[in-house]
Amino acid sequence: MIVNFYLNNVEVSYSIKPGEYLAETLRRHGVKSIKVGCNESSCGSCTLLIEGKPMMSCSVLTASLEGKHITTVEGIQEEAAKISKCFSKQGADQCGFCNVGFALVIYALKREYKNPTDEEINNYIVGNLCRCSGLQSHMKAIKEYLKEE
Amino acid sequence: MAVDKKKLKVVNNITPSVDGKGIMQGRSFYTDDLAAQGSLVIKILRSPHAFAHIESIDVSEAQKLNGVALVLTYKDVPHVSFSRAGQGYPEPSPHDKFILDEYVRYVGDEVAMVAAVDEETANEAIKLIKVEYKVLDPVLDFETAYENKSIIHPEDGICEMFPIGFEPKKNVAAAYEMEVGNVDEEFKKSDVIVEETFYSQAQAHAMLEPHSSNARLDEHNRLVIYSSTQTPFHMRRILATTLGMPVSQIRVIKPRVGGGFGGKQAFHGEFFCALTTLKTHRPSRFVYTREEVFGASYTRHPMKISMKIGAMKDGRINAIDCRTLSDTGAYGEHSLTVFMIVGSKVLPLYNKVDAVKFGGRVVYTNHVPAGAYRGYGAIQGNYALEATIDILAEKLNMNPKRVREINSMKEKETSPIFEIMGEGTKGTAMIMESCKLPYCIKRGAELIEWEKNWPRKKISDTKVRGYGMAIAMQGSGIPFMDMGSASIKLNDGGSYMVTVGATDIGQGSDTIISQIVAEELGTTVDKIIIYSSDTDLTPFDCGAYASSTTYISGNAAWKAAQKMRARLIKEASTFMEVKPENVEFDGKTFVSGDKSISLVELSTKMLYNANLQQVQVTESYYGHVSPPPFMAAYAEVEVDLETGEYDVLNYVTVTDCGTTINPMLARGQVEGGIVQGLGMACFEDVKYDKKGNLLSNNFLTYHIPTHKEIHKLTTEFADSYEPTGPFGAKSVGEIGIDTPPAVICNAIYNATGVRIHKLPITPEKILKGIKELKK
Repeated sequence: MIVNFYLNNVEVSYSIKPGEYLAETLRRHGVKSIKVGCNESSCGSCTLLIEGKPMMSCSVLTASLEGKHITTVEGIQEEAAKISKCFSKQGADQCGFCNVGFALVIYALKREYKNPTDEEINNYIVGNLCRCSGLQSHMKAIKEYLKEE
Repeated sequence: MAVDKKKLKVVNNITPSVDGKGIMQGRSFYTDDLAAQGSLVIKILRSPHAFAHIESIDVSEAQKLNGVALVLTYKDVPHVSFSRAGQGYPEPSPHDKFILDEYVRYVGDEVAMVAAVDEETANEAIKLIKVEYKVLDPVLDFETAYENKSIIHPEDGICEMFPIGFEPKKNVAAAYEMEVGNVDEEFKKSDVIVEETFYSQAQAHAMLEPHSSNARLDEHNRLVIYSSTQTPFHMRRILATTLGMPVSQIRVIKPRVGGGFGGKQAFHGEFFCALTTLKTHRPSRFVYTREEVFGASYTRHPMKISMKIGAMKDGRINAIDCRTLSDTGAYGEHSLTVFMIVGSKVLPLYNKVDAVKFGGRVVYTNHVPAGAYRGYGAIQGNYALEATIDILAEKLNMNPKRVREINSMKEKETSPIFEIMGEGTKGTAMIMESCKLPYCIKRGAELIEWEKNWPRKKISDTKVRGYGMAIAMQGSGIPFMDMGSASIKLNDGGSYMVTVGATDIGQGSDTIISQIVAEELGTTVDKIIIYSSDTDLTPFDCGAYASSTTYISGNAAWKAAQKMRARLIKEASTFMEVKPENVEFDGKTFVSGDKSISLVELSTKMLYNANLQQVQVTESYYGHVSPPPFMAAYAEVEVDLETGEYDVLNYVTVTDCGTTINPMLARGQVEGGIVQGLGMACFEDVKYDKKGNLLSNNFLTYHIPTHKEIHKLTTEFADSYEPTGPFGAKSVGEIGIDTPPAVICNAIYNATGVRIHKLPITPEKILKGIKELKK
């Protein structure tokens, strides 16, 4: 079947198998920035934005996305660079497998909340796992990014 | 000669990771991102039984399925035993694994392989394979494994490379005994003796990138393997030996690795990719499902450790006896090495003893194999030793901090254990040239306000805060065994290409090595282009394990940079027609009296105009010692006495890792280790049912720490300088993980009076203990 949606504001038309999930569709079409860590929506590595909301792309049926706007990290390059700067400063950088998912979820958090509390931040990002860092450095980096104009 | 740390401009300075921005922007390429277009997809039929013999296997239906390119069973693969441990040669692990075998030894063990055009077809083909098993009695309790009537490795053709105590007919993968002095005699002199037994559980690495590999043939028909590995050079050697190919016909490329923690020291799908591509001449790829990562790779070795400590009334420890039983699961990867670390990187902490004894066995069971996992042996040993030290302190009526101060390792001291015990072999004697452990203990106590708070603080009728501590040590590579090397090539324009075999697996070694080279050459990190690791293009490195990269590979890079510096001065002196000894080089310009030439000019001229040559240097380094980093750790834990639930409110550590090459990355290593250690201490648990089926096989049933559990980490470093390390550095990759089980155990005891002898320390166990105390 054919599905049409907007990938980073560019209209695309992909031929897919009916049961295919978005992570697979996009990786098959060369969007390798999407990382699949568990394929069962429990690690958050494959997070991207659908209509601006973070979703785990390993568990979203591509067929359900007709006409929707999808944002990958390629669509937020400048913001990702800013987030990276905050991560670097706090020593939150390690293997990087979770970073792209984090970039997208943090970007969405900033747009959804004004001055979120620690608890609100935690609730927002808790679905994105990181096995390398001490996690506290993430929190500091996220707060720094949220403060930026 | 010690380097003046104050004069360092790049090393010991906060430098962003060289790859951080690109990774966040999605430009990082991990193994599966690089699989060739049209690769065959590999899937494995896995054993549904904990222990069985394959009586018959029929793959004819699977082979007939449209789109299936290859099906392999044990009948189709080389019958060569090997170890997947990913170690140097000869390996201290038993050669007890075949690519495929007629026996299956745990639920998840490989039965057959399918390669097909896509995943659906491969999965379909798997279902069409008919297997008749003779189900055997599994060994699922490691305390019953020794001389059990079920022999897990009854087959011929398995062996040890040198004596490691391998007795497969008794289910023993390895065994070891050592004694310094006579502990029994010393215990007779002790005023106080404590003896306690502790159990530590299996832990899953849970790195976010699943095990991935792929293969293709290059234009010379050489086999090219991309692998998410910590040990590309060992992989090349072991693939060659096992497949009967020359090393020259194999290239292993390690792209960006999404976390390893020891789990990627060993090999996973590489043999299947190699065989598929060699047999079909088509590219192939294999990515473990998350279920396979949990259920068909490796875990930490579960252990039973009995610790007996004798001490005099004044608090001086005079003897330690440590008996250990370790569960290596179905195969013996790292069985001996992990086991020996329980002694060698734990017991020397208390080096004033008159006698010390260590020994026991590593047994096979029908569990997921155990393998290398960050802090291996040390975390298990540390839990038993440091919890027992607290028990001893109570019996001596002393502050446990004081017991540690009196007995622990100090600078310029040694332990006889260093010479006796290495990793699978004899060790190397060494003096602690850098050991700021006393400072770490003192500073950590200040940060947690130990004297004021220990042992507990009542918050309300139902809430109590407990305070616990532990100390730890590690090593920095394996002396005379681990080797790293680095090449530096001068480019026109004055930048440098650095190629290293050192494997960056996320710990940041590409950044650290860039900093070391930049510092020595007086330049900045942006002038360094670093590439790791590729067996065709980069010089040899043993790989990222045993806390070796900063120390071993970092020293190699430092040596190479020193050589490059001397070489540049020599070439510049030729241009200026002066003596090299009169040339000064600040990283940008060579000056001798009134003559000068810039690096930009020199580097460009040598490629295009005069004295034409490629300037390139290579250096190697191996350790003659393994200087341990040290740490003191403290925690403040708040316990709800009604439910047993607790929160780790603050985890304080002070680490001596010598010079921190990159202070933020060092912090990341320490804190990342602590959080993994807290996971093991508090809730992570690999669980099986009674038949040996893994119950914890996804992130919902195997919970790893998230932002919700981790509160405050207070992380500091001691001012320390290791004379044998690059710019004074020691390792920092593993030390962070060692302390949490003991610290949390001690803090919970101090809060509640309940001593937990079996990890993880769950609210249920605490509550049960509280109720028993009330009886």
